[in-house]
Amino acid sequence: MSDKEKINEIAKERERWEKTTLPKWIGQSPERKSEFRNHSGTLIKRVYTPEDIKDLDYMRDLGFPGEYPFTRGVHATMHRGRLWTMRQFSGYGTAEQTNQRFKYLLKEGETGLSIAFDYPSIRGYDSDHPFSKGEVGICGVAVSSLKDMEVLFNGIPLDKVTTSMTINGPAAMLLAMYIAVGNKQGVPMEKLGGTTQNDVLKEFFAQKLIIFPPKPSLKLVTDIVEYCTKHVPRWNPISISGYHIREAGGNAVQELAFTLYDGITYVESCLERGMKVDEFAPRLSFFFAAHNDLFEEIAKFRAARRIWAKTMKERFHAKNPRSMWMRMHVQTAGFTLTAQQPLNNITRVTIQALSAVLAGTQSLHTNSFDEALALPSEEAVRIALRTQQIIAHESGVVNTIDPLAGSYYVENLTNEMEERTMEYFRKLDDMGGAIPAIEKGFFQKEIADSAYEYQKEVDEKRRILVGVNDYTTEEKQPIKVLRVDPKVEEEQVTSLHKLKSERDNKKVNEMLEKLHYATEKDENLMPIIIDAVKAYATIGEICDVLRKIYGEYKELIVI
Amino acid sequence: MPKIQEIARGVLAGDRRSIARAITTIENNSPKAQELIASIFPHTGNAHIIGLTGPPGSGKSTLIDKIIREYRRKGKTVGVIAVDPTSPFTGGAFLGDRIRMQELSTDQGVFIRSMATRNYLGGIAKATKNAAKVLDAAGKDVVIVETVGAGQSEVEIIKVAQTIVVLFAPGLGDEIQAIKAGIMEIADIFVVNKADRANADKAVMDIQAMLQLNNKEKKWKPPVLKTAALTGEGVPQLIERIEEHRLFLEKKFERKRSREKAEAELVEAIKEKVASSIIEELKREGKLEEFLQKILEKKMDPASIAEKLLNRKFGKQV
Amino acid sequence: MQNQRKIRVLIAKPGLDSHDRGAKIIARALRDAGMEVIYTGLKQTPEQIVETALQEDVDVIGLSILSGAHKTLFPMIMELLKQKGLTDVLVVAGGIIPEEDVPEMKKLGIKEIFGPGTRTDKIVQFVFENVPKRT
Repeated sequence: MSDKEKINEIAKERERWEKTTLPKWIGQSPERKSEFRNHSGTLIKRVYTPEDIKDLDYMRDLGFPGEYPFTRGVHATMHRGRLWTMRQFSGYGTAEQTNQRFKYLLKEGETGLSIAFDYPSIRGYDSDHPFSKGEVGICGVAVSSLKDMEVLFNGIPLDKVTTSMTINGPAAMLLAMYIAVGNKQGVPMEKLGGTTQNDVLKEFFAQKLIIFPPKPSLKLVTDIVEYCTKHVPRWNPISISGYHIREAGGNAVQELAFTLYDGITYVESCLERGMKVDEFAPRLSFFFAAHNDLFEEIAKFRAARRIWAKTMKERFHAKNPRSMWMRMHVQTAGFTLTAQQPLNNITRVTIQALSAVLAGTQSLHTNSFDEALALPSEEAVRIALRTQQIIAHESGVVNTIDPLAGSYYVENLTNEMEERTMEYFRKLDDMGGAIPAIEKGFFQKEIADSAYEYQKEVDEKRRILVGVNDYTTEEKQPIKVLRVDPKVEEEQVTSLHKLKSERDNKKVNEMLEKLHYATEKDENLMPIIIDAVKAYATIGEICDVLRKIYGEYKELIVI
Repeated sequence: MPKIQEIARGVLAGDRRSIARAITTIENNSPKAQELIASIFPHTGNAHIIGLTGPPGSGKSTLIDKIIREYRRKGKTVGVIAVDPTSPFTGGAFLGDRIRMQELSTDQGVFIRSMATRNYLGGIAKATKNAAKVLDAAGKDVVIVETVGAGQSEVEIIKVAQTIVVLFAPGLGDEIQAIKAGIMEIADIFVVNKADRANADKAVMDIQAMLQLNNKEKKWKPPVLKTAALTGEGVPQLIERIEEHRLFLEKKFERKRSREKAEAELVEAIKEKVASSIIEELKREGKLEEFLQKILEKKMDPASIAEKLLNRKFGKQV
Repeated sequence: MQNQRKIRVLIAKPGLDSHDRGAKIIARALRDAGMEVIYTGLKQTPEQIVETALQEDVDVIGLSILSGAHKTLFPMIMELLKQKGLTDVLVVAGGIIPEEDVPEMKKLGIKEIFGPGTRTDKIVQFVFENVPKRT
C-alpha cells in the first residue's frame, strides 16, 4: 500500500469509528465541553491520527538534531550532552544583598547568573531621582554606577560564570559596567559570556519600560550588536523576547510571531549598518515564556526553531548554520502564578518547566511559588531550582532528544503554529515592518484583545484556574514573604551621594560632553559609554544626555 | 456638593475644583446647569477658542501638548477639552487623550478635561461648547478643543471655536479625501504633522492645490503649515498663525461670523428648550405613548403631531 | 431635562512598574459597564494622579501598582487628595499588595484592595455599589 492509500484507509476507519463506537460512548456520557481549545484558540480534535500530519516530510520539516531546520534541537546531543543552564533571575535591595543571593544560588547548583534590576535602574534613573522614591531596591537590585556593579560581582570571577542582564533602555550602560568590572578583575572582554536583553521593540508594546523613541532605541541596540560582534564575541547582545508579550496578554501564536518578527527587524537594522549576516546572527538569542498548556507550548518552541532557521536561510541568505540556530532561554509564566493557595504554583511551574525541557531549551528559569505575593524568599527560590534539578535527574525526559517528535498531535500543532506565524509575518510586512506596526498600535491592540478575552474566560468560568475560580478555599496558607528593608533606599542614596562627591567630577563632565558630541554625530556609543562608566558617571547622568538629544517616548495606549 | 452659585463664583475666581464641578454639572445636564451658565455667561468672550480636528493617528494630542507649552512660554494660561467617543453599545467611554499632555497636568496655568461625546454627533460632546465657556469665564487665555477625530463630518466644532486648525499626517491613507468632505470649508489653518515623513511635502502641495480651487473669494486665506509634534518643530509658527487669525477675526468685517454664530446658538437653544419642555409635558400627562402609537400605526405623521402640540402650547399657528 | 450622570473613573498607575495588563483590563471592564474611564498611562507621580482626579472631577480612582512601592506612594496620594479637598472620591487599589499591608492601606482611606485573581465583574459591582452619591 502506498502512503496515500494508507491514509485513506485510516480516514475510512476513523469515519467508521465516529459512526459506530463513538456515539455509544457519547450517548452514555457526553463530553465535558462542546469544544476544546488551547490558549491560541486552536480547536483541539478529539483524537489525532496520521491524517493530521499527512504532508509532513521528515527530512524537510524535522531533520536531525543539530541540523537544518533544527526543529528537533540545535545540538546533536542536546540534554544527553549538556543539561540546560539553570539560571534564576534574581536581585533585590543593595548590590551587597544581591551578591549574597548570587553566591547562595551558585552554591546550590545554579549554573548561570541573571540580574534583576530595580525599576529606577531599568528606567535610567539614579536612586536619588524623585521618580525613584519608594522603588529603590524593591523589585530588583539598585545599580546606579560602576561602584554598585563592582559590589554586585565581588568574589564572583567573571570568567567562571555567564551572566544574563534583563535590561533594555540602559543596556549599553550596564554592559559597559560589566565590561569594566571584568577589566578590574583582569578578565578581558573577549572572555566575558552572557546576555543583555536589549530587546527594545517589545518594550513598546509589551513590557513598556521605555526610555527613548523607537528609532534611537533601535540605533542603540544596533550599536551594542556591532560592538559585541567585534569585541565581546562570547556575548549574546540581544535576547529577543516573547516572554513579556505573553505576560502582557498575548497568546502563544502572538508571542511566537511578534518575537520572531522583532528578530527580523533587528537583523535588518544590523544589515543596514553594514554588518554581514553570518557575523552577528549566530549570537542572537531568544527568550520565551512557558505557559500552562503543555503541548501548545512544546509546539511553540519547536515551531520557533524551524521558522527562525528558514527565515535566516531564505529571507536573509545566511550561510553559516549557526546563524540559523535559535538558542533560547525560557521562563515559566509569572502571570499564571496565583496568590490563592500559592503552594499550587509549584505544580504549575513543574508542568511549564517540563514543556521547555521536552522542547529542548538551552536555559531555564523557574518561578518561585510565592511570586504572586512578593519577591521570592530563599526557600521558594530553592524549591524552584530543585524543580529543574528533579526534571533533569529524576524524570528521565532528558534521556532522548525531542521525544514528542512524530506525535500526530504535537506535529500538527507545530505546523499550525508555523502557519499562523507566517500569516502574521505577511500582515506585518504589508504594514511596512515592526515600527510602523507599533506606531499604529497593531501589536498593542492584538495583545489587549487577547488579554481581555482570557480574563473573560476566567470570569465566566470557561477557563478554570484552580484555587481562583474553582476549588477555592477560605483557609489562608501562611507564607513568609521577603521584604526589602526601606532603609535600602536611604543607604543607596547616601552611598550614591558619597560617590558623586568623591569621584573626579571634572573627568565625568568631560566624558558626558564627549558622549553628547558622539550622540549628535550618530557614532557607535559603546566605546564612550564604557569610558564614562569607568569614570563613575551614573546611569541617570548618561541617560540624561541621551534623553536630551533623543527625547523621551510616550506610550501609545491601546485598550 | 456646594451650591451652584458657589461653583459659579469659584469658576470666576479661577478655582480649579469649581471649574471641574461646573463642567460636570453641564455635562450631566443637571437641573442647575442653566443657572450656572447664566451666571458665568457675562464673563465669557475673553478667551481665544481654538478647535483642533484631524483623523486618528495624525498626532492631535501630541501637538496640543506642544501648543500648550508654547503658550505657557508666552505666559498665557490654557484650558483643554479633549473629546473621545462614547460607545453606542455600552454608553461607556475610554478617555485617553490627556496621556500625551499628562506632564502638564500639574501646571496650575493649565486645565485639561477629557469629555465623552455621550452620543452627540459631529465630533464633540453636547457639553463641549458650554464647558469651553466655563474655561473662558475662569480666565483661561486660550481654550483648545480636541475633537474626536474619527470621521469626516466633524463640523460641529465651528459652533464652538473661533479658529479651526485641521491636522493631517502623511501616510495615513486617504487624508486628502478627508479634506474634501466638509472640513475644507471650516478650516482656518491646515497643518501637516509628522513633517519628517517622506511624503509630507506632497501632502502640503495637495492641500494648497485644493485650496486654490475652493477659496477664491475668501478674505482669510488658510495657510498650510508643517509641524513635527514629537519635537515641537513648527509649533511657534503655528501659534503665530493662530494669533494672526485671532486679530483678523477682531476686525470689523468678520463680525458677520460672530453674528452668525450667535444666531446659530440661539436657534439651537430654542429648539432644545421647546422640544424638551413639550416632551416633558407629554410625559407628565402620560400622553407620550399615545402619540408614539399613532406614528407606529401610521395614523399620524411626526410633523403633524409636532404642529398640533405647538399649537396647543402657544395657542396659535406657528 | 434629562439628567445624564455618568460615573467617571480614573485608572492610575503610580510607580515605575509597567505591568499594565490588569489596569487595562479593569479600564475596559468599567468602560463596558457604561462608565467613563480616564487612563493616564504608566509612571504617574502622586501629584499628577491627584491633579488629574481633580480636573476630571472623577467619582472613583483605581490605583494599580505591582512594584512594591505602595507603602511609599499610597500615603502620598491619599494625603494630597485630602489637601485638595477630594475627600468624597472612592479610592480602590489593585496589584501586588501583600495581605499584611491591607489594613494599613485601608486605614489611609482606600476603600478596597483587589488582589490577583479578583473577578472583574466583582470590581465593577463594587464600584457601582460604593460610588459616592452626588446631588
